[in-house]
Amino acid sequence: MNTNLNITNSEYDELISKKAKKSPIVKNIIIAFIVGGLICCLGQFISNQLVNMGVEKEQAATFTSITLIFIGAFLTAVNLYSRIGKVAGAGSTIPITGFSNSVVAPAIEFKSEGYVLGIGANMFKVAGPVLVYGITTSVILGFVYYVFNYIF
Amino acid sequence: MDILLEYGKVFLTGGIICTIGQILIDKTKITPARILTLFVTLGVILGFLGIYEPIYNFGKCGATVPISGFGYCLYKGTVKAITESGFIGVFTGGITATAGGIAAAVVFGFIASLVAKPTIK
Amino acid sequence: MKIGKQTYKINSKPCIFATSSIVGPKEMQGPLANYFELHINDVFFDEKTFEKAESKMLESCIRNLLVKTGTNEQDIDVIFSGDLLNQCISSGFAIRSFDTPFLGLYGACSTFVEGLVLSSMLIESGMFKQVIASASSHFCSAERQFRLPLEHGNQKSTTAQSTATASGAALVTNRSLSDNGIHITHVTPGKIIDLGVTDISNMGAAMAPAAFNTIAQHLTDTGRDINYYDAIITGDLGTHGSDMLAELFKKEGIDITQKHKDCGVLIYDENTQDVNCGGSGCGCIASVFSGYFFNELKAKNLNKILLVATGALMSPLSSSQGESIPSIAHAVAIENEV
Repeated sequence: MNTNLNITNSEYDELISKKAKKSPIVKNIIIAFIVGGLICCLGQFISNQLVNMGVEKEQAATFTSITLIFIGAFLTAVNLYSRIGKVAGAGSTIPITGFSNSVVAPAIEFKSEGYVLGIGANMFKVAGPVLVYGITTSVILGFVYYVFNYIF
Repeated sequence: MDILLEYGKVFLTGGIICTIGQILIDKTKITPARILTLFVTLGVILGFLGIYEPIYNFGKCGATVPISGFGYCLYKGTVKAITESGFIGVFTGGITATAGGIAAAVVFGFIASLVAKPTIK
Repeated sequence: MKIGKQTYKINSKPCIFATSSIVGPKEMQGPLANYFELHINDVFFDEKTFEKAESKMLESCIRNLLVKTGTNEQDIDVIFSGDLLNQCISSGFAIRSFDTPFLGLYGACSTFVEGLVLSSMLIESGMFKQVIASASSHFCSAERQFRLPLEHGNQKSTTAQSTATASGAALVTNRSLSDNGIHITHVTPGKIIDLGVTDISNMGAAMAPAAFNTIAQHLTDTGRDINYYDAIITGDLGTHGSDMLAELFKKEGIDITQKHKDCGVLIYDENTQDVNCGGSGCGCIASVFSGYFFNELKAKNLNKILLVATGALMSPLSSSQGESIPSIAHAVAIENEV
């Protein structure tokens, strides 16, 4: 019997793709669409209420973000966001509640390593790159904007 | 009727943005952390290119609640600060505009870590 | 005695005298629940951290093995143990409470069989009389080391496996000391095989070629046919990895599916337990062998088995550096003396 693997890496890779169970993409997309859409509608509702209460528009937007972040944090703390995420996928990852979840989840988990090196050092373990790349891109493009509008 | 249409547009915009994310997750091996990073960066770039503005005007919270809206907000804040205070705005604008969200996430994260315990899914 | 290229015939036929197993709440909802000896109801096992809980599980498992066989811990020559955590802390912390020498192992999910291979060779050498081979894993401690935080909301890939919260331990003895007829007759330590799979959500497929290589080498070295064995048991390829193993054997014109069983597939109910492709982790094969298969051997429902544990030898660091997954499989032939 031949004990050597009679297969190249690329052939094996193809075989894996052929045999692997496909993710239920249509179902996933529908759920992501609905959940994502609903979270945005919740945001709109909060924003509308605030504006009706006479809050200035820009402040209302910030308050809306803070409220959604609170909801995301709360659902994470009561062990629900992970369950929602399992079903909703990107529908709950992409909205700002998902950003909140990715800050809160490591904070909860790394408490066992202490307040400074655990919670403090790991809070942005998942969401850190969002800030790094978001801020870096905005500074670079802000600089480009400045150069084009104020120098030329 | 107007209110229904308004929420319909929000739902549609938010839904489509999340759908793009879902397709990326299912069709490529991109992890959730990378998806978030990609979307926030795209938000900044689309803001710069003037593409996110019309999406926002159409979808309102459907465009601002997804993490790409966070990127858009960073860029819009930068432009606003440049207009108000010149070059220094390049550095101060983005974080000023998003400070509320970032501070909220940090504080709620800290409080949650004090009271919550992780569990098995 | 070495036979062939990689296989050793263990002439003294050391005996697997007794085993002990402990599993978590999810494993207790699985189809093998009745076979596990001990279980915990809470993943924290009354401890503050998951790491402590895992250590306590392993300690309880080994303690149970000593108590039920009436063995004094000073009479054990060495405890072999390993786990998935950095620097094998579950094992180190668990075994510090025993008055017994400890040799730590790392073979990822292949650790338990690595322990059996070393146990039988050292008993064959005459230096050791009775040793314990053990291994453990814990879903939560593994998840936080290898993947995203537990409370992070995300979808698992369809090919992903779920780390079992489980420990298993086996008491291996020189036959002159105690004998129940269940013997280790051959061992085949495996080579590292890497077919370039980089997807850490598909370790079953990454490890299947290693399982194929070790099984094929074992059969070639011993001159045995696949039908010699009542069962060829791998751990833990999961459903997808098992399919891949079957494909690799099919290419050689061999149908392994009738003989093949996989601990990762057996430990959970794939349809109801939301584990994608099944279980994994050092504790999976350790507990499924110690709980289920050892029982089947004792009841003589199975008389000749080839136990093949597979391990994926990557780390979160190597994965983020874009490396592929080197894989290994070790085999032991366990036979009932008839």
